[in-house]
Amino acid sequence: MKTSCANYISEIGRDRLKDMLYQMLLIRRFEETVERLFMQGKIHGTMHLCIGQEPTAVGACAALTNEDKITSTHRGHGHCIAKGTDVPRMMAELLGKKTGHCKGKGGSMHIADLEKGNLGANGIVAGGLPIACGAALTSLKKQAGFVVVCFFGDGATNEGSFHESLNLASIWNLPVIFFCENNQYGMSGNIKEMTKIEHLSERASSYGIPGEIVDGTDVLQVYEVTAKAVERARNGEGPTLIEAKTYRWKGHSRSDARKYRAREEEQDWMNNKDGIKSFREQLLRDRAVTEQEVIEIEERVKQLLEEATEFAENSPEPSIESLEADVYA
Amino acid sequence: MRQITYAEALKEVMSQEIKANENVFILGEDIGIYGGAFGVTNGMESELGRDKVLSTPISEAAISGVAVGAALTGMRPILELQFSDFITIAMDQIVNQAAKLRYMNGGKGSIPMVVRTPGGSGAGFAAQHSQSLEAWMTHIPGLKVVQPSTPYDAKGLFKAALDDDNPVIFYEHKLLYGIRGEVPEETYSIPLGKADIKREGSDVTVVATSIMVHRALQAADQLKKEGISVEVIDPRTLVPLDIDTIVNSVKKTNRAVVVYEAVQRGGYGAEIASLINESEAFDYLDAPVTRLGGKAVPIPYNPNLEKKAVPQVEDIVNAVKSTLVTLAK
Ligand SMILES: Cc1ncc(C[n+]2csc(CCOP(=O)(O)OP(=O)(O)O)c2C)c(N)n1
Ligand SMILES: [Mg+2]
Repeated sequence: MKTSCANYISEIGRDRLKDMLYQMLLIRRFEETVERLFMQGKIHGTMHLCIGQEPTAVGACAALTNEDKITSTHRGHGHCIAKGTDVPRMMAELLGKKTGHCKGKGGSMHIADLEKGNLGANGIVAGGLPIACGAALTSLKKQAGFVVVCFFGDGATNEGSFHESLNLASIWNLPVIFFCENNQYGMSGNIKEMTKIEHLSERASSYGIPGEIVDGTDVLQVYEVTAKAVERARNGEGPTLIEAKTYRWKGHSRSDARKYRAREEEQDWMNNKDGIKSFREQLLRDRAVTEQEVIEIEERVKQLLEEATEFAENSPEPSIESLEADVYA
Repeated sequence: MRQITYAEALKEVMSQEIKANENVFILGEDIGIYGGAFGVTNGMESELGRDKVLSTPISEAAISGVAVGAALTGMRPILELQFSDFITIAMDQIVNQAAKLRYMNGGKGSIPMVVRTPGGSGAGFAAQHSQSLEAWMTHIPGLKVVQPSTPYDAKGLFKAALDDDNPVIFYEHKLLYGIRGEVPEETYSIPLGKADIKREGSDVTVVATSIMVHRALQAADQLKKEGISVEVIDPRTLVPLDIDTIVNSVKKTNRAVVVYEAVQRGGYGAEIASLINESEAFDYLDAPVTRLGGKAVPIPYNPNLEKKAVPQVEDIVNAVKSTLVTLAK
């Protein structure tokens, strides 16, 4: 059973619920656009799509303020959008353009938007966890009051950085939320074969912090559990580990034949556990939105992505002189 | 003779060695059904079984140490590190442990392990997946460092590396996996520390490594049309280094350009240039030995900038020409 919207209408308001739907749709259509541009040869290198995982990005970021921070991963387009980044400049970055968030130097795996509190995607699995702890330490030292949501995948929980970070955050009571998007696989490794425990959230107990499991296809549940962890963190009660059970619909990256998993399993997630579809139905059922509003949302998304693609395609390439700019040593 | 790719040559020799020696096995991330990030181990798991082809969690610190421990106690592990950038996470086990144990133990014990790992830029993977960090390894007494540039060399050097009783870091290149060349079916060994003259010439010696061997050969073709005869030497192994072949060539040509993809500053090309200067070839030099390496920048995402960050064929042509116009007093 999905979380009912009814309570939320009074709690957080219709507009924010509608916005969650808008953002999830924006992420999905963004990824579809990126995939198309990639196939057309307009994006080079590699990309990691988060289709299927939209509710985790949107639900978790909905619990944050503008001042709060996130650290993201190689599969970071959704986090970036959910944290409020400017989508045309994001698209420009993926096309390697001068107008991109990172002037075309970062690309898909390194999108960052410091003004919006996105401290950056990361090409290194588990690379973001210690950085999130550092940002949370700043918050404590400066009594700045912001919290940090640190996104990472199931595969990252087997890196030393994961364990060192959770321990450190726990002894220092850092205002950080470790948000594991357990999409069941690393690049190909099934997490069931890569750990002996049933739920990754159990790892929390080794560090004396709370561990929560959420349905990663239920945006409201993700929101609620994250909001609770955020509140704890703001109150000085330290970190929380949240494990969201989810699934990436697409391959790991552009060159993945998906031999390590069954087509039936994919179909099951896509047909029966689509977090966008269920949320839309829920909103309609609870009369939080009308059919007409849903159509309008789709239209707004479509327009923004057309604008973004046009902006990105028409943007200039970075100048060759910029190669050595921003290198200070 | 039949032609196969660089990746196929590596897979073939690994499979042959695993079948021939019960102590040999391979471990690494996604090397099972996925076939490794670059497809090198494609089909090995189904052919050789899961006890010879060990898919590991994403835990570079642990798996590199596992290779060390297994090697110290009688096995001959092959470790596939998915991208050579991740050696940063494996550094303790490789640098502080593998390289030194035998010496620290007063010569007792041996560490017969090969770390296979792809380096280099050109695939659009940006700053954290495109580095050429081999100079770090060459700086550590106790590590041998190999950089094959052709399918033939890859197979023969790999066999020698695996037969060696000491740790060998075996740098492959992402852009070379697909190149084809003649490779014998049976196993053969190319001794470590034996350079190869890839092209004979009389005016300038170009010492080039890995992908740069191919660019140097293309540059030599172009320069030939202008009446300039270039000798291209591929050291093939950086440690041990066959300096004699290089010195003899420079005595003949009186000029040398050292070309490498890694950041020029502090790169291994500087070592080669110094060795030439300190050798008997010094008296024969008609121009200073020059280096042509990568720019001191992280590898950018934008494809035009990415190309500019490391030497291309035109850059080699220009470097050779400038060395020819420099006359010794
Ligand atoms: C330190 C490190 N090791 C390996 C990789 C290669 N790699 C990139 S993504 C990935 C899988 C990550 O799995 P997970 O953390 O579950 O994230 P997901 O891709 O499922 O979102 C791997 C092995 C890397 N980028 N960094
Ligand atoms: Mg995963």
